[in-house]
Amino acid sequence: MRGLDTAYMGDLVPVILGYVPLTLGMALVAMAAALVLAAVLAIVRVLRVPGLDQGVAVFISFFRGTPLLVQLFLFYYGLPQLFPALTSIDGITAAVIGLTLHFSAYMAESIRGAILGVDRSQWEAAQSIGMTQGQLLRRIVLPQASRVAAPTLMNYFIDLIKSTSLAFTLGVTEMMGAAQKEAAGSFLYLEAFLVVAVIYWILVEILSVGQRWMERHLGRAVAR
Amino acid sequence: MKCEIDIKGLVKRFGANTVLDGIDLCLRPGERVAIIGPSGTGKSTLLRCLNWLDRPDAGRITVGDLSVDAAHATRAQILALRRRTGFVFQNYALFANKTARQNITEGLTTVRGWPRARAHARADEILAQIGLADRGDSYPAALSGGQQQRVGIGRAMALDADLLLFDEPTSALDPEWVGEVLDLIRAIADGRQTMLIVTHEMQFAREIADRIVFMEGGRIVEQGPPAQIFGDPQDERTRAFLRRVA
Repeated sequence: MRGLDTAYMGDLVPVILGYVPLTLGMALVAMAAALVLAAVLAIVRVLRVPGLDQGVAVFISFFRGTPLLVQLFLFYYGLPQLFPALTSIDGITAAVIGLTLHFSAYMAESIRGAILGVDRSQWEAAQSIGMTQGQLLRRIVLPQASRVAAPTLMNYFIDLIKSTSLAFTLGVTEMMGAAQKEAAGSFLYLEAFLVVAVIYWILVEILSVGQRWMERHLGRAVAR
Repeated sequence: MKCEIDIKGLVKRFGANTVLDGIDLCLRPGERVAIIGPSGTGKSTLLRCLNWLDRPDAGRITVGDLSVDAAHATRAQILALRRRTGFVFQNYALFANKTARQNITEGLTTVRGWPRARAHARADEILAQIGLADRGDSYPAALSGGQQQRVGIGRAMALDADLLLFDEPTSALDPEWVGEVLDLIRAIADGRQTMLIVTHEMQFAREIADRIVFMEGGRIVEQGPPAQIFGDPQDERTRAFLRRVA
């Protein structure tokens, strides 16, 4: 058994850190897009919008029922064979779109549950003063549902950050891809993957602190 | 005198159960009407239909120059009807994510399109009227039941509705808060606001109402001035009910 090459690890840290912006950037863009899409999907489900409801149900079922890696491969390698226009899509874009679709399916279900958890009297009170469906969702129901859904959505965001590592299978050099390349050159796999693991871990811990702050902030309306 | 609120042949069924079986009711401007009767006779459903929280199956509701036929109601008519009828809920139903003041301004800014400053000023007037001038920034969770219901009434008042509907406004309250809510409703009644109130507080109904409507089995059995209904009821069902609650 050999010892850890700590000097190598120390040199590697700034290299991997250089890819943090790309990883976080992909995660943030995918998260923002997934949130919007998930809210729309959830509303379609809750209101049982005729014609769209079943389509959304199938969408959610597919993206929850198949592995993310399979979805990314289907999207990046498979679909261009069907639609040659997609050949020009780069790995980063493909990964972001795949992550968006995948996580929107999960987040739609938790947003839907949170919306259904908002007391019926809140809907009725909003209707009683003459709000339209859109106004009551935007002003009353979604703000209350978001407080309930926030912890779950934050967990999905953390999961999403870690899932960006799969982008390396589409040829994207992000944190994981960079670590893989370094390791292939130095043969110090343990050191390289340990560094990347710890950096992911620290990122997630920082976010968890933010999560606790956000939950306190969103909880102010119910605090006495 | 002409009806300000005219209800004709209102029918509401839940499945095979007919809850409202052809209700006709006319309210003159400024008239205060209390509906009494046994539980489950459609009193609350009648109020909910007037605010379209329950969709009536048949009949016509006329409020001022707005006339809505249950069979052919358009979305625009339903919104218009709701904006002309303020509803006070038994369980207050304040917007949990809004402060007391925001509960009052919400209808003014979002529904009626008032500028924020004007709505804020109007809300402060209402907060003073309901005796909560110093609680405008409190969230519902921080208010007592009586305070919450007063905000609920303030929210309905803010609409400047032609008709205020009170659905058992004190039934969910601890006894200690009933008085302050009744006092507020009494003050509004004194302002000759047209109102329809479903209540189990017989003494209160007798005091504030110009007319008492007794309902049973989804129908209006008997109606008249409080002195007549409470003093000399004509229908045996009315007499039986009043004996039970006395």
